[in-house]
Amino acid sequence: MKNWFASGTPWIWLNAGAISIALVAVFGLLFLILVRGMSHFWPANVQAFHYQNADNSLTVIAEIIESETVPAESVQGIDIKQGNVERYLVKTGNRDLLGSDFRWLYNIDLKKRETPIDVMVIERIEWGNFYGYLNSVYENDIKVSDEDNKWAEFNSRLDRAVQIRERILELEQGEIGAINYQLERLRLKEKRLIIDNELSDKELSVINKKRESLKSQYETFLQQTQKLYEDINRDSIRATVMDGTEVIIPLEKIVKTWQPNKFNLLEKTLFYIQSLWAFISEDPREANTEGGIFPAIFGTVMMVILMAILVTPLGVIAAIYLREYAKQGLIIRVIRIAVNNLAGVPSIVYGVFGLGFFVYFLGGNIDDLFFPESQPSPTFGTPGLLWSSLTLALLTLPVVIVATEEGLSRIPISLREGSLGLGATKVETLWRVVLPMASPAIMTGLILAVARAAGEVAPLMLVGVVKLAPSLPLDGNFPFLHLDRKFMHLGFHIYDVGFQSPNVEAARPLVYATSFLLVVVIVGLNITAINLRNKLREKYRALDN
Amino acid sequence: MSESIATKIDTSLLKTEAAVNESEICLEVKNLNLFYGESQALKNISFKMKKNKVTAFIGPSGCGKSTLLRCFNRLNDLVDSVRVEGEIILDNKNIYAPNVDVTSLRQRVGMVFQKPNPFPMSIFENVAYGLRLQGIKKRRVLEEKVEWALKGAALWEEVKDRLDESALGMSGGQQQRLVIARAIAIEPEIILLDEPASALDPISTLKIEELIYELKSKYTILIVTHNMQQAARVSDETAFMYMGEMIEFGNTNTIFTNPEKKQTEDYITGRYG
Repeated sequence: MKNWFASGTPWIWLNAGAISIALVAVFGLLFLILVRGMSHFWPANVQAFHYQNADNSLTVIAEIIESETVPAESVQGIDIKQGNVERYLVKTGNRDLLGSDFRWLYNIDLKKRETPIDVMVIERIEWGNFYGYLNSVYENDIKVSDEDNKWAEFNSRLDRAVQIRERILELEQGEIGAINYQLERLRLKEKRLIIDNELSDKELSVINKKRESLKSQYETFLQQTQKLYEDINRDSIRATVMDGTEVIIPLEKIVKTWQPNKFNLLEKTLFYIQSLWAFISEDPREANTEGGIFPAIFGTVMMVILMAILVTPLGVIAAIYLREYAKQGLIIRVIRIAVNNLAGVPSIVYGVFGLGFFVYFLGGNIDDLFFPESQPSPTFGTPGLLWSSLTLALLTLPVVIVATEEGLSRIPISLREGSLGLGATKVETLWRVVLPMASPAIMTGLILAVARAAGEVAPLMLVGVVKLAPSLPLDGNFPFLHLDRKFMHLGFHIYDVGFQSPNVEAARPLVYATSFLLVVVIVGLNITAINLRNKLREKYRALDN
Repeated sequence: MSESIATKIDTSLLKTEAAVNESEICLEVKNLNLFYGESQALKNISFKMKKNKVTAFIGPSGCGKSTLLRCFNRLNDLVDSVRVEGEIILDNKNIYAPNVDVTSLRQRVGMVFQKPNPFPMSIFENVAYGLRLQGIKKRRVLEEKVEWALKGAALWEEVKDRLDESALGMSGGQQQRLVIARAIAIEPEIILLDEPASALDPISTLKIEELIYELKSKYTILIVTHNMQQAARVSDETAFMYMGEMIEFGNTNTIFTNPEKKQTEDYITGRYG
């Protein structure tokens, strides 16, 4: 036994054990959010539950979300008082009719449970999913389908409606949005000229002329959209819900429809991939509990890239001064300690600083100086993308400084002397030899900075992230990159969907799915940076010999 | 004691001085003292070097020969605590005078270090580095000069087909010749070699020595070496240094066959060092 201890084996076991626990923790976390999040998009079978007791009967059509066994006495409103009872959490949809999407079903008086083959699920623009049976298709209140061709009619007419809806969206966000944007700029231009007292009649007439032409364009587009709205309102369907009542659903309100019980495995997989893609690529709907999270992904990536662009030069320049030019002594030591300690300041403090200094002070002054025409509504004097990136750049600055300093100190003196010996000045040596060789270290700093910034939520809530941003920070309107706009962020989206949403059950899988995507985005950003660093390392591997 | 030796050397130098034609003098060191903080590394060194000759500095480790070499291109300036007294005269000008442009001095006095230190760039860019610093941008001119320098360093035939490859993929001996090519590309007057072959294998060493022999027709060469056979083979004049002092300076043949000083003889015959 003593020998066993002396051999070091227990020590190896201890170390290996610690690593195993860490690995299990990491992969367990990933596995949990992966399974919980990604299973949400699988088209589960819809089941019909037939209940019957002495007094009445009831049919429920629903998807089973989860099932559990609970002690009967803990459940209120049932007759059984002892033993266990099985219950299911089911999604019944039809929130407009039933009041909520989800309910608990008990395995009591359950006469029959079946999988009706022709049950239909409809994803609607409002009120969540619809579950029921298709009866007939109507065009302008005239029935156009019989029992045989109702599905063909429904699908072809739905395709048409979806196309029209896409066109309307295109018009509203593209053409009409651009015109509104130009009109707003024109208004600001006029106001600016008035403020500067430079508004001449000539310019006024030019502005008015432009405005007139924009307005007439606007009118034509508006008429187009009105026409399209009429078109899209043409068709509707009649469908039966589980209690037998018939409802009318206009096709305008339908996103897509499917019959999960008819799907084979391949069709289900295809449907799954489509749903997943929709989740990644579409805008959110219904208080973020439906639809996709594309604006949040876009905002996160955009903010991180901007942050990297801001923090790299600042950090590198600071590190060069500290390492190459400053006389090493007490003051530099103190500065270095201060920089290191900055990394430990709680991030919310940076948020408060960003709000106070960047948003209110800097942004407010920028508005006073450059955007007096849009007062009193602020342009930069309000939380936005630029201030978020700057705040996070400040937050991650210590990491970049420390990593760059480390890299600079590792450049061999012989290379510096080689360059200086050829008549290079210190600056030339820095730019041509030292900095390129330190670039892998700078990239390491940047990787750490990106990893930290992409996961940060608390400061962003103060300086620019919102629950729902009406437009992306990058679009087709001049100046294309709108640094003043507020944006959506995956981290905040998780918080918002998970804890601020009225529809808790619907939001839960989305929390996992969004978490998983946040991890994917961060890993993606990091892998890109690591690849870049490895290429640089390969190029400058002189450090090793 | 050190002062007495220094004065003796001064008088011994006077004898050879008469024989040296003034126009052949390339470098003159006058009463050079160098301090690292409080401690003195070079003690009252004076001598003259002839043009287009190879001068070797020998002596035990820590005797100050590398420090002396680095005085000629003022590379010691980079160390904060260094203080230099005395003069080094190059073309009738003291290179330690306050108005001297150090970068242009370093272009006139090239240096090759103990370990090959090619930059992490292509072979071509390594040689072109000094030229680009001088503001030469024309590809044509650069190509000509790079070829000329690589030929001068006896490397052209080996690398002419892979000029765009990284210099870090070359062997140690090739790297050292590349560094020499880099130094001569900017056409200096003097080349300082700080133990240029100590990190190389015997064959590479031989190549470097042959190169030194060829280079001396164009340049004045100062070489620091631990290897006394090498000093005897390549140099025309030899200086023996010990503890920061120049014990003896003279014709290589004389130093190795008939040294004036007992210390020199002891070192050359291997009794200490």
